[in-house]
Order: sequence, then structure tokens, then C-alpha cells
Amino acid sequence: MTIRIDKLGAVIALMVAYGGLVAPFAIFRANRIVPGEARSLIEALPPAAAAGLAIVLAAVACMALLRLPVSLRLAAAGLALCALAVSIGLSARFLTPDGDSYARVAPGSGVWILLSAFALLAADAIARLGPPPWIRLLLLAAVLAAVGAVLLSGLWDNLSILKEYAGRADVFWQEAGKHVTLALGSLLAAVVAGLPLGILCHRVKRLRAGVLNVLNLIQTIPSIALFGLLIAPLGWIAVHVPGAYALGIRGIGAAPAFVALFLYSLLPVTANTVAGLAGVAREVNEAARGVGMTGTQRLLRIELPLATPVILTAIRIVLVQNIGLATIAALIGGGGFGVFVFQGIGQMAMDLVLLGALPTVVLAFAAAVILDAAIEMKAPVFNRNKIA
Amino acid sequence: MRISAAAILRGSTLAVLVAFLVAPHGFEPVFRPLVQDNAPAIYSQGDLLMLTLLHLRTVALATAGATVVAMAMAILATRPAGAEFLPLSRSLANIGQTFPPVAVLALAVPVLGFGEKPTLIALFLYGLLPIFENTLTGLTTLPPAVIEAARGAGMTGRQRLWRVELPLALPLILAGIRLSVVISLATATIGSTVAAKTLGEIIIAGLQSNNMAFVLQGGLIVGMLAILIYDGLSAIERQVARRAGLPTRA
Repeated sequence: MTIRIDKLGAVIALMVAYGGLVAPFAIFRANRIVPGEARSLIEALPPAAAAGLAIVLAAVACMALLRLPVSLRLAAAGLALCALAVSIGLSARFLTPDGDSYARVAPGSGVWILLSAFALLAADAIARLGPPPWIRLLLLAAVLAAVGAVLLSGLWDNLSILKEYAGRADVFWQEAGKHVTLALGSLLAAVVAGLPLGILCHRVKRLRAGVLNVLNLIQTIPSIALFGLLIAPLGWIAVHVPGAYALGIRGIGAAPAFVALFLYSLLPVTANTVAGLAGVAREVNEAARGVGMTGTQRLLRIELPLATPVILTAIRIVLVQNIGLATIAALIGGGGFGVFVFQGIGQMAMDLVLLGALPTVVLAFAAAVILDAAIEMKAPVFNRNKIA
Repeated sequence: MRISAAAILRGSTLAVLVAFLVAPHGFEPVFRPLVQDNAPAIYSQGDLLMLTLLHLRTVALATAGATVVAMAMAILATRPAGAEFLPLSRSLANIGQTFPPVAVLALAVPVLGFGEKPTLIALFLYGLLPIFENTLTGLTTLPPAVIEAARGAGMTGRQRLWRVELPLALPLILAGIRLSVVISLATATIGSTVAAKTLGEIIIAGLQSNNMAFVLQGGLIVGMLAILIYDGLSAIERQVARRAGLPTRA
């Protein structure tokens, strides 16, 4: 019997070998700003834990190489990821001298390579299994719950990123709130404005090219410039329009960031509304007209429901994009996770950068998974209606 | 008639952009009202033309790298030998898009240091996705009859790829490259937060000194570049599609 090697498994095994044997497992710093010293896997963990982790890594790498059932590969990837999560916490505890509050331990490049290798294995298994949307949501919830549990358990408390967090826990949640408010609020505003605008453009053909061209032009303005350009007009409004200041409108801060994100979001929402409505089959519309539906009834009961998947796709694009762009709001005093990113860049403190960047990536990723699932759940309705 | 009007608009945009880059001080009266009394109205800490060229170079390098890698990945994933990678590469392309550019930039700094390199990496990663996706779509939606005919004519796999599949997919691939370039042009400005020499430098200088004229200058140059390059690449696409005898795709 010949053993067939999985090609992706070979790539993953190579990554595991490099990440586990060559690249540093942890980086130790005597304090926050001195250059770090690399520690290999064997040096970074107590002997028993190091041996245990090495066995798990080797076993999972071998499983990736063989053509095993896909669900088994997914389970193996999950096991390896859990082992890594525990080990990095143990390593931080092991490397930090007792009672030393200045020492910093951060995951080394080896950990990141190992994490990506097993994430690849898991992503491949999930892509091959093609689970229905609600299973994907459940998986996401399970992963987030696991990470949350580890965070609460205090296992990672000795890691440098959590030490950065411990010093500014209040600010962190404040900025998190601002970040989410900015991203979601501007999306909501864009939907409230873009949906009617899209419907209008669909009905009034003369408007369509003009409106979409203007929205396209806005997209070409780089984000930092647009954020900056809105400072002056909003500052003027705050001073001259009664009540504007009381509403929180200022030249700098969250207001220009909100307006900029709103303007960027308008194009995808409007354009996809137009595309979705244009994609409704003429026969469907004729039939609806035939049974005596008015224009409004057709719009609400036939056209919009049929266009929903296309509009949802726009909302996915906008939300993921806004979560990323909201980091730039920090440059004009708008708050959000970008505050930590830019502070970290300024102080050359990469753990602080991570404290801003990691939650942003997690938020964007979760938003993408959730909305992808929503789009897929909506799609069957779309097809049923199409057949009917 | 409409085409010539668009051509005139395009030509004048280009003329204004070139005039501004070569002789920025001629435009001082336009920007003067935006600044306080003694502040400079035209960016003076660097040569605008030089910054523009550096900006374009960064975008060109990143896009060239992204094009080569993304096309190679898409070609590999659509060959029988690489079919195993197809589902994974699709989901990776999807996941990649969820990484915010600022995060990619900031995370690349500890590994690559400040300057142009982290910007190149971020733009490269961002540029990959549209090109990969479009190449994949182009290669997987070819009419089966054409492939069969090529096979029937005795072409080898490699001949089919170079003489049939890639030429037919070319307009879509070009559309992906165009999208990637336009995104990169705007994203490159963020590179200046980690000290890359791009047009973002002007905007950030403006934000720091509260000089709206600088912010506007930087934004306008990037915006005009994006429009002109978008138009130029669209024209090339139409040309290629016409030559391939395909209906023009948007």
C-alpha cells in the first residue's frame, strides 16, 4: 500500500518544523523598551511542558501530511492551537522572574508561524467541509469563547500585550466602544441614506450615472486626507450652527471620522442597491404588476427582498472596511483602537501596537464571518423566490 | 460627442496635475485662503514631483509583485496538480481582506523597520486579493467548448494555458490589476505614518500643523492620479478585450 502525501500538509509540516525548531518561541525583555532576547522552545518552557508541546506539534504535523478524513484534520488543528495557546501562557509565566514587574515576555516569530500553520490547516479543513452558515457561526462563537475563557483565566496575564492592557484597561474599553460606534454608526447612517438613494437611482435613470460618479470620486480621496479635509467644515458648523456643538459635532475628534466613514460607505451601499434592483428578473416584476401590486408594494415585497443578498454583500464590504479605517480616526483625535497603534508606533512599543491591531483584526474577521453567513442564509430565499 | 467631452476632461485633469507638480507655487493663490496668516500655502518641506514619483514607484513595485504572485497562485490552483489548494486559497483571499491596512503596516514595522518596506508589504498583501480573485474567475469561467477545441487540436496543458486560457482571461485579470492599483494609490498614503516617502507625508504634515492647504494638496494629487490611472487602465482593458474578440466587461 502506498502512502499518499497531502501537498498542503507538506507545506504545513515545513512551517511547523521551521517554527518549532529554528525560529524563536518567545522574546524576553528585561524591561519594556530594551531589545529582546530570543528563547527557543526548549529554553522557553519547563522541560515537561516543552516535551509535551513538541510531541503534539510533531503528531499534528504528521497527521497533516497524511490524507486523513477532513474532520479529523480539523480536530488535530484545533488541538494544536489549544496546546500553543496554553504553552505561550506557561512560557510567559516560566520566563518572568518572580516578583519582577518590569520583565516582558512576548510570543516569538516561531509562535506566530506555528499559529499560522495550524490556522491554515483548520481553514483548509473548514473550506473542504463547506459547513452550512450556522455551523460556521457556531465555530466562530466557540473560538471567541475559548479565547475569552483563556483571557479570563489569567493564563496569559504574564504576556507583554496583557501587561500593556493591564495598565490601561479603562481606556481600552473606552476606545473599543468608540471604535465599534464609529464603524457601526457610520454603516447604519450609510444604509439609511444609501438605500433610498439607490432606489431613487434605480427609478430615475438620469440620476444614476451622476450620483455613482460622484460617489466613485469620493473613493479616490485617500482616507487620511478625507478625515483631515472634514475638520474645517465641521469646525465651522460647530461654531455657526446652533445646537450642532451640543450634538457633539466638533472640528476634530469623532465627528469628521464619522462623516468620512459614512462618505466611503455610501458608494458600496448605493451601487449594490442599484445592482440588486436591476438584477430582479423582468418576468417577476411583470407578474407582480399583473396581480395588481402597486409600485410601493412591488418595491417592499418583491424587489427589495430579491435584492437583499446583493445589498448584504455591500454591508459586509462596508463593515469590514470601516472597522479597518476607523483605526485612522486616531490621527485626528477620533479615538478607537488606532490610538494604541499610533501611540505604539510613536514609542516603538510593539506590544502596544498589537494591543490596538489584534482586536481590530478580530473584529473585522468576526464581522466578515457573521455577514458571510447571513448572506448565505438569505441566498436560498432568493432562489426560492426566483423559482416562484 | 460625449466621448470627446470625457477626453477633454481627462486631458485637462492631466494638464492641471502636471502643471501643479512642476510649478506648485503658481497655484499659491488657490490655496492661500485655506491657511492662517503666515503659514505656507504650498508644501515646502519636500519636492512635490519627487514625492509623487516615489509614491508611484511604491505602488508600481507592490502591484507588480502582487500581480506575479497572485497570477501564479491562481494558475497553480486551477491546474490538476494544484487543485488541492483551490478551496484554501479562496478562503485565504477572503480572510486576507479582513486585515486592516494600518494593522498590517504597524505589525510589519517590528520585522522590517520604518520606511518603505512595511508599506510595500501592506500594499502587496492588499493588492493580491483582487488580482487573485479575478484571475481565478477568468480561468474558471472559460467556455468549456473552447477548452475542448484546444484539447482536440492537440495542445498540451501548457500550450492551452498560454495560448488559450490566459489570453481569454486577460481582460478580467487587467480589471483586477486596475482595482488593486487604485486601492494601493490611496492606501500608500497611510505608509507615511511609518515614515515611508509617499504623498501621505504632505497630508500628515498638514494634519500636524493644522494646515488644510497641505491636506487638500496631498488628497487632490492622489485623487487625480487615481482617476487618471483608472481611466488609462480601463482604456487598455477595452483594447485588449476588443483584440480578443470578447464583449467588453465592466
